[in-house]
Amino acid sequence: MSNPFTLNGGTVLSMKGKNCVVILCDTRLGSQYETVSTSFPKIFKMNPRVFFGLAGLASDVITLHHKLRFHVNLFQLKQERSMPPHVFSKLVSTTLYEKRFGSFFAQPIIAGLHDDGSPFISSMDSIGATTEPEDFVVAGTGADYVTGACEKYWEKDMEPRQLLKVADKCLQAGVNRDAFSGWGGVAYLITPEGVEKFDLKMRQD
Amino acid sequence: MYTLEKKLLEEPKKTSFTYSERNAHLLASSKDLKKTFLKTGTTIVGMIFKDGVVLAADTRSTVDKIVADKNCEKLHFISENIYCAGAGVAADTEHITEMVSSRLSLHSLRSGEHPRVVSAMTMLKDHLFKHMGYLTAALILGGVDATGPHLYSVWPHGSVDCLPYLTMGSGSVAAMSFLEARYEDGLEEEAAIGLIGDAIEAGILNDLGSGSNVDIVVIKKDGTRMMRNVRKTGTISGDDE
Repeated sequence: MSNPFTLNGGTVLSMKGKNCVVILCDTRLGSQYETVSTSFPKIFKMNPRVFFGLAGLASDVITLHHKLRFHVNLFQLKQERSMPPHVFSKLVSTTLYEKRFGSFFAQPIIAGLHDDGSPFISSMDSIGATTEPEDFVVAGTGADYVTGACEKYWEKDMEPRQLLKVADKCLQAGVNRDAFSGWGGVAYLITPEGVEKFDLKMRQD
Repeated sequence: MYTLEKKLLEEPKKTSFTYSERNAHLLASSKDLKKTFLKTGTTIVGMIFKDGVVLAADTRSTVDKIVADKNCEKLHFISENIYCAGAGVAADTEHITEMVSSRLSLHSLRSGEHPRVVSAMTMLKDHLFKHMGYLTAALILGGVDATGPHLYSVWPHGSVDCLPYLTMGSGSVAAMSFLEARYEDGLEEEAAIGLIGDAIEAGILNDLGSGSNVDIVVIKKDGTRMMRNVRKTGTISGDDE
């Protein structure tokens, strides 16, 4: 068995725009070089304004998602309000660091909008070291390649449609150079008006 | 590695080891897992000057040879009068300083006194010693309290140094060359900021694990001044990144 981080493959990307964020992922699930499924979602809706992407070992992706969904739902019931994105990010970070010496083999990405409509993105390593950059965050087996594309094409204050287009191109540029990612993709465009879901058209090899 | 984790399993501690059997199995079959943690291959410096303490750090964080963050924060808030610069595994430095910060504020709320640097230092070293070096955090702790200015370095195994000027991280040698040449007792604030900036800059330019910008925090009896990106050493002038 090789590295658990790259066993199942997969890449997630999120980008900030002007009062909007987009979060995208590929949909491949593999077992090393064998593709097992082409409809494995890596992005989850935690509440209407917070989305959560997880790249890494599929079993940990599922476990971590369930664990966090429990806490988010409990927060909603207790406080009768949605968990804001930065709070959710902290929750993920502490949940990961709880298992410092036996970590989840997954790297999360958080994308969402604050109540005032300002965008929020963050990413972490598998033990919860958080970064909150002003441009984009990437995780997964194709992260290195996607980062390169994003570095070139990301601009400040992009409008929703342009943001989606740029993010899609950057994800595909990277994912198509990564053998363990691809085979379809999903994007969520989050704006103050609502959330739109897109299926990405891409190479099937 | 495996026998140790097994031993820890038998004596339950506060930290959870739920996944350790499975992870030991997975770790045994893969070699470079530790490379996936975010590290701060860092230059951090601390210095006592005439009116207090000054700490500084670069802003690069890396995963193996990839630059994961070009402008991260390595100067961690402990309290109004105490800050801590961190090198090593990012998650460890981040969470340990946060834990100490929280415990220290409860402590000062209960005692009704401002927190002291020795208290922070003791909490840090006890925590690190308890974990026998498995928490990779190399810290420079500095602050001013009722008993004056203090500067400590805390090592991953829990040992502590107390000196008027300190460097840590992969760029520590480069930074120390500047301090050894130019440090003197009772430096003025401006001179101290200039020297510490030059020391970090030496790390940024000569150590590949360090890069980007210089962050400085000046702690004095009458207040703290946090200065982000004082110098943008790694950037070509006119470029925002």
